[in-house]
Amino acid sequence: MLWKLFSRDMTLFMHRKQDVVTVLGFFLIAVALFPLGISSDPELLKTIAPGAIWIAALFSTVLALDRLFSEDLDDGTLEQQMLMPVPIALLLLVRLVAHWVITGLPLVLLAPLMGLQFGLAFNEIVILTLSLLIGTPVLVLLGAIGAALTVGLKSSGGLVTLLLLPLYVPLLILGTSAVTSAMNGVDVTAHFSLMGAALLVSLVLSPFAVATALKITLD
Amino acid sequence: MPVSRLLKSKFGKEKVNETCFMLEIEGLAVEREERLLFSGLSVKLSAGEGLHIVGKNGAGKTTLLRALCGLTSPAAGLVKWHEQDTTEFREEFCSDLLYLGHKNANKTELNCRENLRLALGVQAISDEEISDALHKAGLGMLSHLPTRFLSQGQQRRLSLARLLLTDATLWVLDEPYVALDYKAIEWLDSILERHLNNKGLLVLTSHQALTMTATIRVLNLGEQRA
Amino acid sequence: MSATRRIHWMKYASASNFYPLANRLAPIFMGLAVVLAVIGLYIGFFVAPVDYQQGNSYRIMFLHVPAAWMSMFIYLLLAMYAIISLVWRVKMADIMAYSLAPTGAMFTFIALLTGALWGRPTWGTYWIWDARLTSELLLLFLYLGYMGLYSAIPDRQRASRAASFLAIVGIVNVPIIYFSVIWWNTLHQGSSFSVSEGASMTSDMLSALLLMTFACWAYTIAIVLRRAQAVILERKKVALWASQISKNKET
Repeated sequence: MLWKLFSRDMTLFMHRKQDVVTVLGFFLIAVALFPLGISSDPELLKTIAPGAIWIAALFSTVLALDRLFSEDLDDGTLEQQMLMPVPIALLLLVRLVAHWVITGLPLVLLAPLMGLQFGLAFNEIVILTLSLLIGTPVLVLLGAIGAALTVGLKSSGGLVTLLLLPLYVPLLILGTSAVTSAMNGVDVTAHFSLMGAALLVSLVLSPFAVATALKITLD
Repeated sequence: MPVSRLLKSKFGKEKVNETCFMLEIEGLAVEREERLLFSGLSVKLSAGEGLHIVGKNGAGKTTLLRALCGLTSPAAGLVKWHEQDTTEFREEFCSDLLYLGHKNANKTELNCRENLRLALGVQAISDEEISDALHKAGLGMLSHLPTRFLSQGQQRRLSLARLLLTDATLWVLDEPYVALDYKAIEWLDSILERHLNNKGLLVLTSHQALTMTATIRVLNLGEQRA
Repeated sequence: MSATRRIHWMKYASASNFYPLANRLAPIFMGLAVVLAVIGLYIGFFVAPVDYQQGNSYRIMFLHVPAAWMSMFIYLLLAMYAIISLVWRVKMADIMAYSLAPTGAMFTFIALLTGALWGRPTWGTYWIWDARLTSELLLLFLYLGYMGLYSAIPDRQRASRAASFLAIVGIVNVPIIYFSVIWWNTLHQGSSFSVSEGASMTSDMLSALLLMTFACWAYTIAIVLRRAQAVILERKKVALWASQISKNKET
């Protein structure tokens, strides 16, 4: 049955490919803005690469989150999902995983290209991609809380970013410092252990938080 | 057109002989935007009974239905299904419940078949049953079209088609007759009557007078002021 | 209302009982705040000795440190009221949280501003990304997020619940943010430069600091009580007890 939900999101995505392409396009453009706006000096680019790519991924995730609940709220299917005889947290976990596969995984797959654009070495690109692989699910899991609280509001775009920024800062610091440490030859085990822990904790806790937030919104 | 017989009952004063009530609403009070819409609402329904909720716009009919389903938390009171508190035994309640709100709950990108299958959630339904239901809803020719190409009435009929396939005992319908033409109204009446004959429960709101032949209790929210 | 002098605190969970109490207390605390502030500032600016390292510029600490402490305490209080409001549905708790937020944001802003003013003579620059100032900045975002979410949702019940939930998520996040920013700081700047290092405190400085802190507390209590009163009046239009009072007036 959970597979049903997962495949539902996949089917919907198949019909709405252009939305996902928009988010990916945003990611590419946002990353490109950094060298354009700062400098094309290769050394400098290498330094800002982790931050630039992570920040762009962060904003792309927030942009994609907007679509997570808003349509389902508008056409009434969100209510129907809340009335399914399955624990809501479990239902939401499946939806969030599907959402990440559709919107987060492409970012991770594009990351090596971005790394090349910034002139990173091979092992640095690997670390970057891994950090995004573990980090973007956490971004989605935490971001869903903000999305659930603000769904249906007219001017929610900037508000969601404001709400999510404090939540995202620790993860941003972890992810970028992992890549920077790799660049400096420092061992990154600690970084990835912490990020892995963050992923596990948010996998367990976030669906309940999102469920509470949705109940507040639908009340 | 058959004349409907509406039984008006005063709350708390009606004596019912059934010993087992499947649905019990006790002392329900509901708030909307810090206004208490009504309080102390108590109703008991047993198998095969229906409840028609009437009241002016803004009296709280939709909010009552939503509180009944658990979508909104009541300010006071509780709902019991098979004598179990629905907030504690949520999944048991939800597996017996079918709710249709104002919105059609159809994804506009999916076609009728996919929507109907999705609407039935955990239930296992064969393709033939879906085709059959769509045909009975008058959507047989349109089953492969994305629902955004359907008219309002057709979309409504699609969301009502799930009534043909669901095994839920309690049906909670908010304004189900909206956007339906004369034939569709008759069709819906037959579905609801068959449901009541099969010992199902029904709670609905409707601005129009009901045309069903079955007997349904009426609850007037206007008399149930806070 | 009975004439007994015992205070039953739960009574003040009702807005109609809270209002007259707030009326009596607010001026007292405001007066207290002014008195304490005057004394504290006098000691801080005139009596306490010149610091051998930072000269006179360190005196801004008497504004900066209490403001920073208040910004954190108030957020803690806000989160506490948010929990009470969300879990036990006590409307007065929500009113208190809502009234605390602007004052908390103000203190955070003062902490940031005074931190920058302190930074100029000390480090030569108005802003420095050290752990504490950056944490203050993020705390400001937490406050703005709370207030922004509250005002963005038209339905007040949903707004109060959503904002309370956000505050609870925020308070869980605060230690995480704080430690991650400290770690980030050590990564990029070597040892963190704490502005209060090297300023060994004389008893004058300490007393001035404590006086200013108490002054801030008194001010906060006074202003939050007043703001809560204003909120109660504003919500009086739809509150049930208000209509009952007006019904009693007609009879």
